[in-house]
Amino acid sequence: MWRWFHKLGSPKWFYAISGRWIPWFAVTALVLLVLGTVWALMFAPPDYQQGNSYRIIYIHVPAAFLAQSGYVLMAVAGAIGLIWKMKLADVVAKCCAPIGASFTFLALVTGAVWGKPTWGAWWVWDARLTSMLVLLFLYLGVVALQSAFTDRNQAARASALLSLVGLVNIPIIKYSVEWWNTLHQPASLTLTEKPTMPAEMWVPLLIMVAGFYCFFAVVLMMRTRVELLDRERRTGWVKEIINDKRTGKA
Amino acid sequence: MYFESFSDFLAMGGHAKYVWIAYGIALVVFAFNILAPIIKRKRLMAEQARQLRREELHASGS
Repeated sequence: MWRWFHKLGSPKWFYAISGRWIPWFAVTALVLLVLGTVWALMFAPPDYQQGNSYRIIYIHVPAAFLAQSGYVLMAVAGAIGLIWKMKLADVVAKCCAPIGASFTFLALVTGAVWGKPTWGAWWVWDARLTSMLVLLFLYLGVVALQSAFTDRNQAARASALLSLVGLVNIPIIKYSVEWWNTLHQPASLTLTEKPTMPAEMWVPLLIMVAGFYCFFAVVLMMRTRVELLDRERRTGWVKEIINDKRTGKA
Repeated sequence: MYFESFSDFLAMGGHAKYVWIAYGIALVVFAFNILAPIIKRKRLMAEQARQLRREELHASGS
């Protein structure tokens, strides 16, 4: 177990293994996203109240799921880096931030675009929307902190602390629709209960969620690899990769 | 297929503006996430290749 843990922490090993994983995740993500989008836009039935505008759900819900899971991953990776001084964990935590921020932004914007025809307003200061906006600011705070320090370890420590404190926002987002009277509809998909929509609607939603997660895995690995190359640029294995690329070109 | 025709599909039952804006922004977010690391990697590789070449020249010159 510990040997595995140390191996996983080795940048060189991670660079090699992720290079082999990326194509598989990328193909899976592409298949799921194309299938899910076509199904969502053309084959899922319209909602009896919202008509076709509800099709935004197939972007909105997966983006919101990913925004929250990405945040938890960032905080956990930050904690691992903080406790065990694992370099790879620091890099993963750093790379989660811009991706997570972009998907939080997507969830908020698609929510606004969906809110206009459904609620009659782009934005309301409702508990769910406000807590998601706080999530976006937490992500942006981490991005800013990561670039505010010249010392990488200090940047990692400060960002990890902020992410861990911000973790309290995650249950607030989740239960905001239950604790407060909100305009936002309750969860469409839960692990414990049967979906409130028919299968022709939730199956493509599930496919989209899976596709978003695979996509996240791909872009997180891509970012992590570049960041590792940058940090390890003076080491032998990175010089070898660069040299191989040079001679390959010549 | 829940639409009668292609133009029907594009119209999205009168909600075309909202649906297509949402999917369009999603496309932009996906493209950003794919392109950002690719561009950063290209830049880093070029910079490091230059650096290595400089070091080699230095080593052979001295």
